[in-house]
Amino acid sequence: MEIVYALAIGVLTGSGVWLLLRPRTFQVIMGLSLLSYAVNLFIFGMGRLAVHLPPIIATLDPDPSRFDDPVPQALVLTAIVISFATTALFLVVLLASRGLTGTDHVDGEEEPEP
Amino acid sequence: MSWLQHLPVLPIVIPLIAGAVMLLFAESRRTTRTFIALGATVANLAVATLLVYMANLGMPEIWPGGIAVYLLGGWEAPFGIVLVADRLSVVMLMLTAVLALASLVYSLARWKRMGPHFQSLFQFLIMGVNGAFLTGDLFNLFVFVEVSLAASYGLLLHGLGAARVKAGLHYIAINLAASLVFLIGVSLIYGASGTLNMADLAVRVPALDDGDRILFEAGAAILGVAFLVKAGAWPLNFWLPAAYGAAAAPVAAAFSILTKVGVYALLRLGSLLSASGAPAPFDNGWLFGIGMVTIALGSAGMLSVQQPQRLAAYCIIVSAGTLLAALGLDGEGMKGAAMFYLVSSVLATGAFFMLSEMIERTQRFGDNAIDVSLESFGLDDPLDPDRPDEVVGIVLPAAMAFLGLSFVSCALLVIGLPPLSGFIGKFMILSAALGAASLETVSTSTWMLWAAILGSGLAGIIALCRMGMRLFWSSDEIITPRLHLTEAAPVAVLLLLSMGLTAGAGPAVNYLLLTEVSLSSPQIYIDAVLGNGLISSTSSATGEAVR
Repeated sequence: MEIVYALAIGVLTGSGVWLLLRPRTFQVIMGLSLLSYAVNLFIFGMGRLAVHLPPIIATLDPDPSRFDDPVPQALVLTAIVISFATTALFLVVLLASRGLTGTDHVDGEEEPEP
Repeated sequence: MSWLQHLPVLPIVIPLIAGAVMLLFAESRRTTRTFIALGATVANLAVATLLVYMANLGMPEIWPGGIAVYLLGGWEAPFGIVLVADRLSVVMLMLTAVLALASLVYSLARWKRMGPHFQSLFQFLIMGVNGAFLTGDLFNLFVFVEVSLAASYGLLLHGLGAARVKAGLHYIAINLAASLVFLIGVSLIYGASGTLNMADLAVRVPALDDGDRILFEAGAAILGVAFLVKAGAWPLNFWLPAAYGAAAAPVAAAFSILTKVGVYALLRLGSLLSASGAPAPFDNGWLFGIGMVTIALGSAGMLSVQQPQRLAAYCIIVSAGTLLAALGLDGEGMKGAAMFYLVSSVLATGAFFMLSEMIERTQRFGDNAIDVSLESFGLDDPLDPDRPDEVVGIVLPAAMAFLGLSFVSCALLVIGLPPLSGFIGKFMILSAALGAASLETVSTSTWMLWAAILGSGLAGIIALCRMGMRLFWSSDEIITPRLHLTEAAPVAVLLLLSMGLTAGAGPAVNYLLLTEVSLSSPQIYIDAVLGNGLISSTSSATGEAVR
């Protein structure tokens, strides 16, 4: 499971970074979204991967190995909310930029033809 | 139970409530909103003053050690979220409050009407910055930094115009990427050490085994990169001149504290982790090198720009570089000196941003910032009674004299010439770098710091002289601008404060040197947060959670 998980994060990060470096605003926003997915998965992975373990301690069981770490899950939730909000905001700026400059290039102007 | 016990949470709660309440009033009810915003900002300043008094051991019955620890929801420190106000935090809070009040008053004359919800966003910015200075928890630091950044995205676009939207787009993209880096760092540190509380982290790190130690160091390095982006350090600062140069003047003035959040975080974590050997980005050698290059490139930038506001943005870069380089050098009194320089340079750049917008009005109107905004909001109709240009306050006589005098004061502050506080800050840094060493034993890095600081001062003199001559002595026609009292007063107050900092340098320096002492003995902070260190790294987290 770990290798699949790590590969997924790696692929998402790689695509995200590549898209982030592209000159079109839409590609940039897609890159940022992919990167934030990768980071969310990464935070989740930092709580150690486990199957069939509850993150809520329901009994007075003193053995921590029978529970999943709930903290990274709470962190992921916060990170998702924040990246969702900032992506929405970025989308508005993207549209404003498109409206003001008439192009979707990140610099607000097309590169001159070679 | 006195209400003073809740003092540490007020700098976050006051702006939060004020900003939210203002949203309930329609955009047309400007007077109500203005009064709420002013009231909240003044209250914020009062709370910050009380906290400084507290940190100076003024309230021994509540916080005997001068460190206010506030447990949110009453949860014990490593498990719940904790706010900590110590000497370093409260001096930053005070600085934020002063700068916020000045920028807000400045914006009252015209800028608040250039776009929707300026006042609310401004309060949220203050909330985020205050929270970042107060929190004792890494993930909360992330959240508060995000709050201040989200507000800053809105504020940067305030007034619109193509230049601002373009700069805003870059600013948002870079800061979003930096936030993701921040998250990776935080989660790596959590994965390796199992805690996010900074004090608990300082206790646990020395006990990590080798494998976890490597993970932790990697996490700390990644976190440090995120802080350096925020602090505006080379090579992560290319967004800064464009964004700060394009922002509306009061917004840019308030932003001059934003870069210092990064410096604060580096100082705080560097101090807490120093016992166990600080990881790379908090380590002196790296900070020193990065700071030196930042100074050099910032000085080159100062020499190259034409617009006053962009010049002010490069002043911020030079100040960030000076701070990082100074913090990168060991030496007794160095951190205190750097803090003094930080306070003085934030006041100076804040005043400079506001001043530069007023100075631009003396020039023939071309494509300057306020014109664009007037146009894009349809506010330039001379028949419109709501026209922002309409004089509502008293028009200052001798406007040019005021502008000239303020410009000279700002220049003296930024360059670091006597008699203003910029000189004392730089002098203290240089003297602390030299320390007690005799001439033969002075290290190369000390000489490099001397050269860089004096060289950046020279570049500043050249750039500011040239700009002053072009702006005030040029043979072109100069329009004597109409200044409102509410625009001139904040600049004057900020400059008078830095003069006050010169006159009262003794108490200020004493306070900051005590701050340095508390930074170099992090055990006091750790004990205060973790309750006398009763909960050690070995106590079982699960046992606590079950109870």
